Amino acid sequence: MQLHLQGLTKRYPGVAALDGVDLDIASGELVALLGPSGSGKTTLLRVVAGLLDPDQGRVLFADTDATRLSLRERNVGFVFQHYALFRHMTVAENIAFGLRSRPRARRPDKATIARRVRELLQLIQLPEHGERYPEQLSGGQKQRVALARALAIDPSVLLLDEPFGALDAKVRVELRRWLRTLHEQTGQTTLFVTHDQDEALELADRVVVMRNGRIEQAGPPEDIYRAPASAYVFDFIGRANRLRGAVEAGHFGLPGQSLALPAEGRGEATLYVRPHDLALVAPHEGVSARVLATHHRSDRIVVELAVEGQERVLEADLPDRADASLPAPGDTVGLRPRRYRVFAGG
Amino acid sequence: MADANALDPPRWLRALLILSAVAVMALLVLLPLAVVLGSGFAGGVRAWYAALSEPDALAALRLTLFTAAIVIPLNAVFGTLTAWALARFEFRGKRVLLALIDLPFAVSPVVAGLCLVLLFGNHGWFGAWLQAHDVKILFARPAIVLATLFITFPFVARELIPLMQQQGSDEELAARSLGAGAWTMFRRVTLPNIKWGLLYGVLLCGARAMGEFGAVSVVSGHIRGLTNTLPLHIEILYNEFNSTAAFAVASLLCALALVTLVLKFWLESRHGDALASSQRRH
Repeated sequence: MQLHLQGLTKRYPGVAALDGVDLDIASGELVALLGPSGSGKTTLLRVVAGLLDPDQGRVLFADTDATRLSLRERNVGFVFQHYALFRHMTVAENIAFGLRSRPRARRPDKATIARRVRELLQLIQLPEHGERYPEQLSGGQKQRVALARALAIDPSVLLLDEPFGALDAKVRVELRRWLRTLHEQTGQTTLFVTHDQDEALELADRVVVMRNGRIEQAGPPEDIYRAPASAYVFDFIGRANRLRGAVEAGHFGLPGQSLALPAEGRGEATLYVRPHDLALVAPHEGVSARVLATHHRSDRIVVELAVEGQERVLEADLPDRADASLPAPGDTVGLRPRRYRVFAGG
Repeated sequence: MADANALDPPRWLRALLILSAVAVMALLVLLPLAVVLGSGFAGGVRAWYAALSEPDALAALRLTLFTAAIVIPLNAVFGTLTAWALARFEFRGKRVLLALIDLPFAVSPVVAGLCLVLLFGNHGWFGAWLQAHDVKILFARPAIVLATLFITFPFVARELIPLMQQQGSDEELAARSLGAGAWTMFRRVTLPNIKWGLLYGVLLCGARAMGEFGAVSVVSGHIRGLTNTLPLHIEILYNEFNSTAAFAVASLLCALALVTLVLKFWLESRHGDALASSQRRH
């Protein structure tokens, strides 16, 4: 089912948690709301779910205005960060809860409910766990049960609030791949909140980056990563190096350096480049920089560099190869940004 | 990290501490209990039974059970509602309400009793009206129930508030989002989650309801066979130098207390994790 959010605004004393958010979500789309805490992403999810009332704006499920409907009437599948499984019910009872709670006229009979529970247990790959209690499950299993419970009511949309936030790193990666596969199977319109860029980029069809209650940029993961629309998005989506300079006559230049890179605009500007997009070349071929230190990480080598006239230390990533000739601290090298963005201002 | 054993006192000190704790318990708890039972049975089982089966004693027992039977369900319901309101909603005056719940613990029971006299006595605020309509509250059962209700109100609420705060509202919200109505949510999610805590609170509430002396003493009027509860009956017997009978009836109250203790111990050992994990206050 499509979802239309129109001009959603929610104010708390002194802050606007949501400041006129417009967003259309296509049927079957998997959308990530990405942002740091306080950016409004969770508020937005809660407004869609009906856990919070917006001050202004509308929430439409397809053509139905759901703005004034309660949480109960919206028929959304909500998955909580900390699972919120009913602790005194078995896994099967948890999944059946939504169907059993329906008014008698719309309640399926026992056999139908049991069959649906079996299907869902199969879907979440826990066919043998129906009689267990939540406390006997691992975190990842609990979150899968929470998903099955939400799916049982055939929700119009699936809303996930930091669904992997409480899991450890490895389970997290496994579970999000599984969720992606599940999404391809069910085609359920899904909106999920995360502060983890990797999660959003890997999982979502479309990423919505939020800032101060507004949408900063929305688009497919490749666009968000390759072409961030603002310095904020560039900074938030991955590690970033910043070089302050100025744009003149279509080229970005650094004070005291001969390098000039094609750029738009005019006046003071900052060049943003990711550590792995910064190539080390001969000193005269790029921005001249002094090596401060080199660190070995699990999958790469990080070189710390200082550029004259720049306050910030830069980082360049090198692939970790045995034959790589590493620069030594104190060496002077040249830096050439392979891929970069230039944004106006300091 | 500090070595945990470094904090352990030497063996002799540990033994001394444990021994003194046991000695204090024996002196302050076990000895009086033994005295009560010993004195109660001093005249033999027959005298003990006679003291209990005497009409005034039976009337007192009936009144005590009657009071408890009204007070416990009411406070279970009020306590649950109060705890729910305080744990789930933000509103103006919440802190004041939280503080007010503790009032019955903070204020002396005698003062609580006197408040009722001030309200419902012949010269009290509602005294004239009550007299005109021939409603008897003071020196009758209603006042006893009211006083007990006031004194035992905090037990259930105080047990449930931290428990519900700790459990959070996510499960309830999940139930709502799955289409459950308010009553279904309460019956199938809220209540099962708090049932052991609720039982614990009810237990303490019941123990206090049957043992309350101060407030009830002020409002009861001490009419034998009519407005005497078990604790009041014991006092009267004792003041009449009928100590054997007094201790015989007291042994009955002790038995009720022991049952409560055993149930409380069972609850704590079996379902301790389902009780509020914050420090016990009683």
